[in-house]
Amino acid sequence: MLAETLRLAVQAIFRNALRSALTMLGIVIGVASVIAMVTVGRGSTEQVASDVRKLGTNVAIVVPGQGAMRGGPHVGTAPMFTLRINDAVEAGVAAVAVSAPISQTRERAIFGSANRMTEVVGTDNRYFEAARWQVAAGRLFEEGEVRAGRTLCILGETLRQALFGSGDPVGATIRIGALSCRVIGLLRSKGASTFGADQDDFVILPLAAFQRRIAGNSDVQTLYVSIREGAAVDAAREEITRLMRELRRIGPGEDDDFEVLDTRQFATMLTGITGILTGLLSAVAAVSLLVGGIGIMNIMLVSVTERTREIGIRLAIGAQARDVLAQFLIEAIILSMLGGVVGILAGLGLGLAGARMLSVPFAPDPLTVLVSFGFSALVGIIFGFFPARRAARMDPIEALRHE
Amino acid sequence: MAEPPVIVLERISRVYGTGEIAVRALDGIDLTVRAGEFIAIMGPSGSGKSTAMNVIGCLDTPSSGNYRFMGVEVAGLTRDQRALLRRHYIGFVFQGYNLLPRTSALQNVELPLIYRGRGRAERQKAALEALARVGLESRAAHDPGRLSGGQQQRVAIARALVGAPKIMLADEPTGNLDTRTSVEIMEMLRGLNREGGLTIVMVTHEPDMARYADRLIWMVDGRIARDEPTPGIA
Ligand SMILES: Nc1ncnc2c1ncn2[C@@H]1O[C@H](COP(=O)(O)OP(=O)(O)OP(=O)(O)O)[C@@H](O)[C@H]1O
Ligand SMILES: [Mg+2]
Repeated sequence: MLAETLRLAVQAIFRNALRSALTMLGIVIGVASVIAMVTVGRGSTEQVASDVRKLGTNVAIVVPGQGAMRGGPHVGTAPMFTLRINDAVEAGVAAVAVSAPISQTRERAIFGSANRMTEVVGTDNRYFEAARWQVAAGRLFEEGEVRAGRTLCILGETLRQALFGSGDPVGATIRIGALSCRVIGLLRSKGASTFGADQDDFVILPLAAFQRRIAGNSDVQTLYVSIREGAAVDAAREEITRLMRELRRIGPGEDDDFEVLDTRQFATMLTGITGILTGLLSAVAAVSLLVGGIGIMNIMLVSVTERTREIGIRLAIGAQARDVLAQFLIEAIILSMLGGVVGILAGLGLGLAGARMLSVPFAPDPLTVLVSFGFSALVGIIFGFFPARRAARMDPIEALRHE
Repeated sequence: MAEPPVIVLERISRVYGTGEIAVRALDGIDLTVRAGEFIAIMGPSGSGKSTAMNVIGCLDTPSSGNYRFMGVEVAGLTRDQRALLRRHYIGFVFQGYNLLPRTSALQNVELPLIYRGRGRAERQKAALEALARVGLESRAAHDPGRLSGGQQQRVAIARALVGAPKIMLADEPTGNLDTRTSVEIMEMLRGLNREGGLTIVMVTHEPDMARYADRLIWMVDGRIARDEPTPGIA
């Protein structure tokens, strides 16, 4: 009997192939978008994870405020750091190998007729060590140059290309906003990071030069901390936190006004962004599944009306209400499941294309595929029920008389 | 008549609507049909013939009176229980054939067996046999759209026969057929009745067709005006 009902449903669907296809469209779009998004999202997450692995587990960043990455309550109100705090962290925590002070802003860099908005960073040689930058041409700063705050600068590869093309920048004088500075070095490219962010688009000056000539203050915005090989990251974080509380005179019971982030937290944060993205698009998908479901309900209602006579015949020759209900319900479910399958295939295709485009790994999620399929079946059940019940409740005499 | 009654109608009334606009389609009908009878119902339009057939066929329930079908009181049955009676004991031949469009003759005839839960092979065998009985086995694969009116009506008869029902109900089975085809159909019904012992109740407007039955019920205004043997075929 079930086999018979299935056969009947498939027949009915293919009898009106075009209409069935249009009916499925909503479900196809909904499922395809979920699958594509999750696939690309997971690919990005994997990419982030591998990037973070490359970055090393021994890097931590100290920033003022709380929940900086999530827009927490203290952002903007917490005082900035200073060079003194940076050096105290480096000296006072045994597990810290190097702590680099960083301040940065966006400014236009100009050379001749070429210019580019770029990241202007004030720091010292410790940053190159902590972030593993290598010199491609020229040299790094000298101790005296850093202390004196000489207006010398070191370029990232992207900025070099923008200002000098393939030419040699070392020895040239560029302008950063109103400030002139001489290029003494060029760093080796690190390439694009996850989400295609360019990691080579910057110019670096000695911290004192940045503070005096560009920022006009003596703030340090970020401590870029490298933790000794073999030291426990969690313990180091705790120690940094304790020392920072002391340095910033935070009483017992008061909240931290800074945050120590290590690479695992970056990973979590980036994954969180992907999660938000996925969540958002899932909402879109849910809406289109709903729309798809309503589409199915509509078409099934039309189909039930069109086939009133057929229903009358079936009832007259002995079909019970549940037989007719099953017939139309199964038709709706098959229709929506078919939509689900087409959507899954389309979504995997789109996911593959998207992964290629963002150059992240193609990472389809079997669970999502399964759940989408289940949801499309569920849509069929929910939205097929009302039309099917209408069919099942028909009066056979009336139905037979229907023209 | 020693045969047991299949149908017993006692003071059956069927009223459509209420109050001023109430229509008494059936007004106190008494009728007993025994196994093996071939009955024709005639009467002017609106006299309640179709209503009576619907009640007899357990498609409709009477407003008052008692109806026993094979000893079962139909009034107390649910919709689904009546569907089971139709499924197992009643074969319908409708006036407009009422075959499923775009469905082969064979599949149309198989339909009642699907609801009896018969397997595919068994269904096809029985359906082919039923089509053979109406002389249409060679048209098994044809859709109704490619069959003549008489052929369609014969498919409808095969569909009514396929489940070996206790009774066949035919509401104007020759209503839209020419005389020659009508005679063919009537010959067939009479054969099924005589040789197969099938109980048949048939509504017709044509006295010539009513002659094929053994007994004629004449209805007027929802009542049975006459109940008599037919003159037989001339
Ligand atoms: N669903 C209904 N609602 C209201 N009145 C109805 C309904 N069905 C039938 N009737 C009325 O009941 C009466 C008997 O109708 P019925 O169809 O039984 O007549 P009939 O003898 O079969 O007529 P015909 O020979 O034209 O087919 C008619 O007056 C008809 O108008
Ligand atoms: Mg009638």
